[in-house]
Amino acid sequence: MASTHSASLVELDQLRLEDARSLLGRNADVKLPEASGSALLYLQSVIDGLCELSLKDPLTGLVNRRQLNAVLDRTIDMVARSGDPALLLMLDIDHFKKVNDTYGHQGGDLVLQAVAGVLSSCVRPMDTVARFGGEEFAIVLPNCHAFYGGTIAERIRQSIQDVPIQIPGVGPIHITVSIGGAYAPEWVRSTAKLWIERADVQLYRAKHEGRNRVLLDTQQEIFVSAEEKNMLFGHLALGEPAWIEGGSTDGAANAAGQRVN
Amino acid sequence: MADMQNSPDNLVSTPSVPLKPLGKVVAVTSGKGGVGKTFVSANLAAALAKRGLRVLVLDADLGLANLDVVLNLYPKVTLHDVFTGKAKLEDAIIRAPGGFSVLLAGSGMVEYSRLTPEVRDDFLRIMSGLVPHYDIVLLDTGAGISDVVLFAVSLASEVIVVATPEPTSLTDAYATIKVLVGQQKRQNIRMVINQTARLGDGRAITVQLQQVLDRFVTTEPGRPVKLVHMCDIPADPAVRQAIMRRQLMMQSMPGSPAAMAITQLAQKVHESMVRAS
Repeated sequence: MASTHSASLVELDQLRLEDARSLLGRNADVKLPEASGSALLYLQSVIDGLCELSLKDPLTGLVNRRQLNAVLDRTIDMVARSGDPALLLMLDIDHFKKVNDTYGHQGGDLVLQAVAGVLSSCVRPMDTVARFGGEEFAIVLPNCHAFYGGTIAERIRQSIQDVPIQIPGVGPIHITVSIGGAYAPEWVRSTAKLWIERADVQLYRAKHEGRNRVLLDTQQEIFVSAEEKNMLFGHLALGEPAWIEGGSTDGAANAAGQRVN
Repeated sequence: MADMQNSPDNLVSTPSVPLKPLGKVVAVTSGKGGVGKTFVSANLAAALAKRGLRVLVLDADLGLANLDVVLNLYPKVTLHDVFTGKAKLEDAIIRAPGGFSVLLAGSGMVEYSRLTPEVRDDFLRIMSGLVPHYDIVLLDTGAGISDVVLFAVSLASEVIVVATPEPTSLTDAYATIKVLVGQQKRQNIRMVINQTARLGDGRAITVQLQQVLDRFVTTEPGRPVKLVHMCDIPADPAVRQAIMRRQLMMQSMPGSPAAMAITQLAQKVHESMVRAS
């Protein structure tokens, strides 16, 4: 077995790296070290750079469909076991064909880039914003409480509507998006396909009901009120009958109106 | 994809109407995952088998089955093959180490994570074929209150809710109980409190849950909800050891405090069945 530590087994000039180099050279985000340095280091940088490129959408710089699928699969596995809610939003720019027809494809590209920028600025670092394809985007929000999902989606819709997009020679234009969302099924193993399908159904409804709106898949929810919780284990805070030892209390469980589903 | 032709209604499964529960069928469920539901099912089955009963555990956790992991069994034929018509029901039933039978869901059950009329029919067909052959059928359901879980529980005459003393587990158990009372009009719900720190903790928890139910959940007059405390399973290093070794605790460490608690649970379940019949 060849040792991966032995750089001398690979001579850089024996490899056909031209395509990879030119691909990476065109991308400002990837910096390759000097080829005259360590061959191992150089190769690693090429590989890292190619991986980076293969996960991104070149136009918007967002995560692409390939990486989105990986994120969805991982999120589904996490939710299946932890039960922590995760929300998937599917967004589609309203009347995008008209944008293209009016301002040309360059105008359309500017709109896609602007939307990507707004979406990225609307979410937390842990969230994933992806270009799903065409004028459709997807956002994965792990640990997103059912109470806040609608508010977040609405904030995104509003932000897109508010932001002026500069089209050279035309001036600022405004566009809108329709948003459909669905929570990952909790406690069951499911598939990314099913999850996307449920969010897409809501997106379809949002379009159908007149666009520029948010619709979320409503799943069965049982609310346990703060009063009920207080009675369930409120006395824990007082330190008597201590069922629970060793500090296993979960502060989040005391938040008012936690959805337990 | 936004302009798909499917009407949204096509993708919504029909809600289940609670059926007449089958006698001898006991559902083991929990609000939260990871509280020891499958561990309780498997070891309770072994303890019931020890009492001379013919026991079947049906892996009704269709989406996230891990009974196979707990029992260290990897059958060639699973419930999935029966559902898809690739195998006969009797070929999918295997003998578990504890002297009971199991029907494992197996992987590939992702499509059963939603209750469609097909899943419902498959499940009913299989259940009605199985029940006559056993003294007791344990349904190891999934966690939470998805329609599949509620459907599986609706088939059982008795339901055991497993919870741990952690607030998140208690909250989820309470929510599950609310649904079982509201939708399935259950009057008796059996409680198993797992991983208790001290003797009596579990009973105190059940009493507390009962008080909250009495205060916040209204039922039809004359039909109060009663939580029946079945047992505490004490926090016991033997449990972890058995799980890590992938052995049934009832077999490998029958004298451990947790195993003794499960023996007691089996006795109570058996007695309640005798009373009911």
